[in-house]
Amino acid sequence: MGDLLPLVFMGVIGFALLVYVVLDGYDLGIGILLPFASDDEKDTMIASIGPFWDANETWLVLGVGVLLIGFPSAYAMVLTALYIPVTVMLFGLILRGVSFDFRVKANVKHKRLWNGLFAVGSFLAATAQGWMLGRYITGLTPGLMSTGFAFLISLTMPALYVVLGAGWLLIKCEGALFDKAADWGRKAMPVMGLALLAVSVSTPIVSAAIAQRWFTLPNIIGLAPIPVTTIIAFFSVYWVLVRTEILHAGYAWLVMAGTVVTCLMAALGLAYSLYPFVVLNRLTIWESAAATKSLMFVFWGILLVVPAIAAYTVFVYSVFRGKATGLSYGQNE
Amino acid sequence: MSALDAVDLARIQFALNISFHILFPTISIGLAWILLFFRLRFTATTNRLWEYAYYFWVKVFALTFALGVVSGVTMSFQFGTNWPGFIERAGNIAGPLLGYEVLTAFFLESTFLGIMLFGKEKVSNRVHLFSSAMVVLGTTLSAFWILSLNSWMQTPQGYEIIDGVFHPVSWWDIVFNPSFPYRLAHMLNASLLTSAFLVAGISAWRILRKVDGPATLSVLKTGVVMAAVLSPVQVFIGDLHGLNTLKHQPAKIAAIEGIWHTEKGAPLTLFGFPDEGEKTTHFAIEIPKGASLILTHDPDGEVLGLNEFEGRHPPVAFVFWSFRVMVGTGFLMIAVSWIAAWSLSRKKKASGLVLTALSMMTFAGWVATLSGWYVTEVGRQPWLITGQMRVSEAAAPHSSATLAGTLLGYGLLYGFLLVAYVGTIRYMATKPAASLKLANIYSKSASDSLSPERS
Repeated sequence: MGDLLPLVFMGVIGFALLVYVVLDGYDLGIGILLPFASDDEKDTMIASIGPFWDANETWLVLGVGVLLIGFPSAYAMVLTALYIPVTVMLFGLILRGVSFDFRVKANVKHKRLWNGLFAVGSFLAATAQGWMLGRYITGLTPGLMSTGFAFLISLTMPALYVVLGAGWLLIKCEGALFDKAADWGRKAMPVMGLALLAVSVSTPIVSAAIAQRWFTLPNIIGLAPIPVTTIIAFFSVYWVLVRTEILHAGYAWLVMAGTVVTCLMAALGLAYSLYPFVVLNRLTIWESAAATKSLMFVFWGILLVVPAIAAYTVFVYSVFRGKATGLSYGQNE
Repeated sequence: MSALDAVDLARIQFALNISFHILFPTISIGLAWILLFFRLRFTATTNRLWEYAYYFWVKVFALTFALGVVSGVTMSFQFGTNWPGFIERAGNIAGPLLGYEVLTAFFLESTFLGIMLFGKEKVSNRVHLFSSAMVVLGTTLSAFWILSLNSWMQTPQGYEIIDGVFHPVSWWDIVFNPSFPYRLAHMLNASLLTSAFLVAGISAWRILRKVDGPATLSVLKTGVVMAAVLSPVQVFIGDLHGLNTLKHQPAKIAAIEGIWHTEKGAPLTLFGFPDEGEKTTHFAIEIPKGASLILTHDPDGEVLGLNEFEGRHPPVAFVFWSFRVMVGTGFLMIAVSWIAAWSLSRKKKASGLVLTALSMMTFAGWVATLSGWYVTEVGRQPWLITGQMRVSEAAAPHSSATLAGTLLGYGLLYGFLLVAYVGTIRYMATKPAASLKLANIYSKSASDSLSPERS
C-alpha cells in the first residue's frame, strides 16, 4: 500500500488538472471570445458560465493542492522554477474572476473596461498555463529548444480553450450566438490542429527520453490507439462544425464531447511520456512522495469527499441545465 | 546584504498578498451568516422586507466572494513560488491541512454558491436555504483548516523531525494545537464584527443620503445589535488568546507590551515609542504593575522581558503599535455600537450623529483585523515555525529584481482592485433602495383602506 499510494496521488493530480483544463477551459475560452461578440451576446455568454466558473477554478486549486500534499519537493521545485509564468497566470485569473462581478455591479460607464479586462485576464491565464505546461514537459530545462517548445504550447492552449468555449456555447446558446459559436469553433480548429501536430512532432525532438518511449517496437503499436483516437475525435469535431445541419439537429454537444476526448488522449499520452517521473529526469514519483502517514490521512478524505463533490457538482449542473438565460439573483431584486 | 534584501522582499510580497486576501474572507464569512439570517427571517415571517435586504447584500457578498477566491488561489501557489523551503520541510503537515481545506471547504462553498446566487428561481425555498447554509458551512470550514495550519506554525505539536523534515505523529494534536481554539474563535468573531459594521455603516450612509427604504433600517438594527453584543465578547476572547500566547510565545507578549527586561510587578505601557537600539520605550505612559496584573493576575507576578530572547524576538515597535491600533479600534467599536444601540432603542429614528459615526466605522473591522493579524504574524518572527524553523530558511532563491518587479505588479493590481471594490460598493449603496417599492405598496394600501368607497 505504501508504494501504491504515491501512484494514487499522481492519478488524482492528473485527474484534477484534466477536469480543470476542460471545465475552466470553456470559461477561459469564452473569455477570450468575448471581444468578438455584441453587448447582448456578451451578457448571454457570461450568463452561461456564471453559476459554474468558481467551482471550475477550484479544480486547479485541488490539482496544485494535491501536488503539495503528495509531492512537496516537486511542488516546491516546479513552482519556484515557474515563478514568472505562475505570477502572470495569477494576474490573469484575478482579473478574469473579479470582472465577472464588477462588470455588472460597478458603474455602467465602466462596463466596457471590465469586459476588456475579462478578456485580457482569460487570455493571459490561458497563455501562461500553456507556457507552464511546455516548460513542465521538457523537465524545466533551460535552452532555446525548450523555450521555443513552451512558446508553441502557450499558443496551443488558448486555441484549445476557444474550441471548448465554442463547444459550451453550442450547448447553452441559441439563435445568432449559436451560429457565431459554430463559426468561432471552425476558425479555431485549424489553429488547434496545427498546434497539436507541431507539439506532437516537436516533443520527441526536444526530449530524447520521450522519443525512446514512443518510437520503438512494440511500444509504437501498443500506443497507436492514442494518436488514432485523437485524430478521429479531431476530425469528427471539425466535420460536425462544418455540417451546420447536424449542429442544428441537436448534435451540437458532439463538439464539446469530441474536444474532451482529445484532451483525455493528450493527458494519457503525457502520463505515459512522463512516468515514473513527477519532474522529467529529475524527480520520480517515489523520490518526492510525502510521508506515508500524511498520504494516508488525506487518502481517506479523498475517498469520502470526492464522491460527495461529484454528486453536488452534478446536482448544480442539473439545476442550471438547458439554454442559458440572463443571470438574476431573484424576481424581486 | 543582498540576500537579506531578497528575503525581506519575499516577506513583503507574501504579507501584501495575504493582507489583501484576508480583507475579503473576513467580510464574506460573516456576511454569509447574516444573509442566511435574512433568508431565515423571511421564511419565518414572510415579510418581504427581509427579501429586499437579502437582494442588496447578496450582491455585495458575490463581489466580495469573487475577490476572496481569486486572491486565495494566489496563496495556494505562493507557498511554492516564494517559500519552497517551508513546503520541503513541513509539507507533510501543511499539505494535508491545506488539502482538507480544498476538499471540505472550497468545493462546498464554490459549488453551492452558484445555486445561492443564481438559482433562487430555479429551486424551492428549502433547497435554496440549504444551499445558502452549505456556503456558510464552506466558508466557516475554510477558516477552520487554514487557522489550524496557521496556529500549528505558531504553536507546533504532534510531530517528530526526521532528517530535518517534519513528520506527523498525532493528527489530533496537530489540528487542535494549543493556540488553535483561541485563534479560531477570535477570527470568526472578528469576521462577524467586521460584517456587522459593514452592513450597519452602509445602511447608515444610505439613510443619511436619503436613498434608504424600509429594509435599510432593519438591516442597520441587525448590524448594530450584532456589533453591540459581539464587540465585548471579542475583548474577552482576545484576553484568553493573550494568556495562551504568554504561555507558548512569551517573546510575542514581551514585544506587545514593550517589556525590555524580565521583572516582577511590570507596568502596563499604554503609549510610548519603543526603541530597539536603546532597549527602552521613550515617553512611556505607564500604569504601575498593570502588565503583571493583566498577564499573571497578580500585581507582583513575574513577566519575561525581551532580554530573554536575544536574536529570537520580533521587531518590537511594529508589534507594539499594531496591537494598540487593534485594541483602540476594538474599544471604539464597543463605544459606537453601544451608543448606537442605546439611541436606536430610545427613538424610532437614529440621530444624524450616530449615523455619521456608524458610516465612518464601515470598514473599521478591516483595520482591527489587519492590525490583529500583524500582531500575531509579525509577532511570530523570526520564526516560520516557532522554535523550529526561521523564515529566512524557507525563502526561494529569486533575485531581488524579480521579486521587486512582481511586487510592484501585485501592488498596482491590488491597489486598483481595492479602489474598484470600495467604489463599487459605494456606487451600489447610492442607488435608491429597492425596498422603497415596499414602502409605496404600504402607503398605497393604507390610502386604499382609508377610502374604501373608491374601490
